[in-house]
Amino acid sequence: MSGLDPMQLEPGLWPFLIATVVKMLVIFTIYMVVVAYTTLAERKVSAWIQDRHGPNRVGPWGLFQVLADGVKNFLKEETMPGEVNKPLFLLAPAVAFTCALVAWAVIPFGAPLPTPWGRIDLVVADLPIGFLYTLAITSIGVYGIVLAGWSSNNKYALLGGLRSSAQMVSYEVAMGLSTVCVLLIAGNVSLPGIIAQQVETSWNIGLLSVAAFLFLVSAFAETNRVPFDLPEAESELIAGYHSEYSAMKFSLFFIAEYANMLTASALFVTFFLGGWDIPFTSWDNTGPATVAKALATFGMFAAKVLFFVFFYIWIRWTLPRFRYDQLMSLGWKFMLPVALAYVVVVASALLGLDAAGIARGTRAFTLSLVGLNAVLLVLLFVILDRGRIISPAASRLERERVERLRRVAAARTTIAPGELR
Amino acid sequence: MDNTFHPLFYGFHFYLFGLIAIASAILFVTRKSPVAAALWLINVMFCLAVLYVMLDAQFIGAIQVLVYAGAIMVVFLFVVMLLNLGQPDDLADIRGTGPRLAAGAVGLAILAEVMVLARSRIQGEYAPAAAVELLVPAADAVGGVIAPVAGPLFREHLLAFELTSILLLAAIVGAVVIGKKQGPADAR
Repeated sequence: MSGLDPMQLEPGLWPFLIATVVKMLVIFTIYMVVVAYTTLAERKVSAWIQDRHGPNRVGPWGLFQVLADGVKNFLKEETMPGEVNKPLFLLAPAVAFTCALVAWAVIPFGAPLPTPWGRIDLVVADLPIGFLYTLAITSIGVYGIVLAGWSSNNKYALLGGLRSSAQMVSYEVAMGLSTVCVLLIAGNVSLPGIIAQQVETSWNIGLLSVAAFLFLVSAFAETNRVPFDLPEAESELIAGYHSEYSAMKFSLFFIAEYANMLTASALFVTFFLGGWDIPFTSWDNTGPATVAKALATFGMFAAKVLFFVFFYIWIRWTLPRFRYDQLMSLGWKFMLPVALAYVVVVASALLGLDAAGIARGTRAFTLSLVGLNAVLLVLLFVILDRGRIISPAASRLERERVERLRRVAAARTTIAPGELR
Repeated sequence: MDNTFHPLFYGFHFYLFGLIAIASAILFVTRKSPVAAALWLINVMFCLAVLYVMLDAQFIGAIQVLVYAGAIMVVFLFVVMLLNLGQPDDLADIRGTGPRLAAGAVGLAILAEVMVLARSRIQGEYAPAAAVELLVPAADAVGGVIAPVAGPLFREHLLAFELTSILLLAAIVGAVVIGKKQGPADAR
């Protein structure tokens, strides 16, 4: 691995290539199985939230429902509506699916694994620009939806595509800016570097809570999940951009949505929850690499990611959908300014701490940043709570009208039925 | 992983993506449907990003995809779709043969100029050994692959950088002003 003597470099190539291929296959398999079971988890969790049973007929506890769905989707008739733009109509699901998959390539999922052929990093591609790679891939993902909407030759699909492109471009800005803070603290754009920084100092969710919140909200918008699923709002747009798709092509969009959810969860875990780092112990990141450490850290990573997948599902079955203007004003009038201001605050705080001689990784550094974030979070949520920004039904502007309506309603209930005659 | 240079591997991918880029660029200027043209342009940008990455300018490659393919072209497509410009017949090229030939001649002249200017660099045989010495940066250094870009940008060229950002800001403000200008009928 140490690379000065070319004689030592050449044998390292084949184990590296073979290990990469093995990692790709293993990760792809695990990823697809988890994505498939996430669809089942969505139905099971929604049933649990709504006090139902959910799918329970195929296999024990409905565990084979996923296989039944898969077989059904493969056997269904592939419809090809007339007047569609055929190449783009076929390309769109492939683009959506591929973008959802390849973003996973740079995410580290465990401590290095020792093998007789060298130490294998548990990441498919350890790019020095891993962070920018994920941003680039998520920005490409919108093409699948846009092209599906446009090529379907259907006005509802087109509206869904238009909405999604506007929405994803808007929230990408807030997402990118919220992660700038992570870069400021880590001083690096490689994802293993960001995890190493969190191991040294502490998890970024404490150091950069506001950025974590902004990232989480934008991730919901980027993955088109409720409350931001405007591109496929079924009450307005039939099924939005995939109205005209059937069978496996529809299924690819469906898989892409869940794969995106998984990727967004993994990114959140990597940026803000220390990646594969096991909390409250330094056993996993000190000393020589062992198989036990690799397995334990992988388990930790999987647990964190699956928690956020559950969180996504939880939110979906709890919150109603935004209106389109609310979505846009939240993105541009709230998320973007807050993200910009937060970058300035974090940069000044880091500069001030450096000037005060407080080294990164010390308790004082962590505590001061956590304190700053606690104050900012309280301010943020107090402002958010007043209905000034997202303008819910009873916003400040309408408060008088609401009061009047309440008085009318109260007056009605106090009138006894007999008095009306 | 080792960083040894494999000329065959490098050369194969250089010509592969170079050819794809040129073919996509030709398709881009010859398509009549604006959506198809935009998609071929995105393909050109991907190929350019690959070439940047092969030059070890990974940061530039990622930014190429992120900014051009991921943001600017999405907005292009958005406008094309919003205005429903998808019907190729409405957009047939109204220019005649003369202007087309003239445009081709100008293109050839620029290509010749570029080749003459670059001749001193690409003449002779392909010299990978020297190129590797120069092109492979120390990616393990502090700051990773961004420091070689950020250092000169924010130290030596800070004034130009700030002036450019002011120019961009002025353009954005101008766009907003023009966009907000409404006739008396539209005024609220």
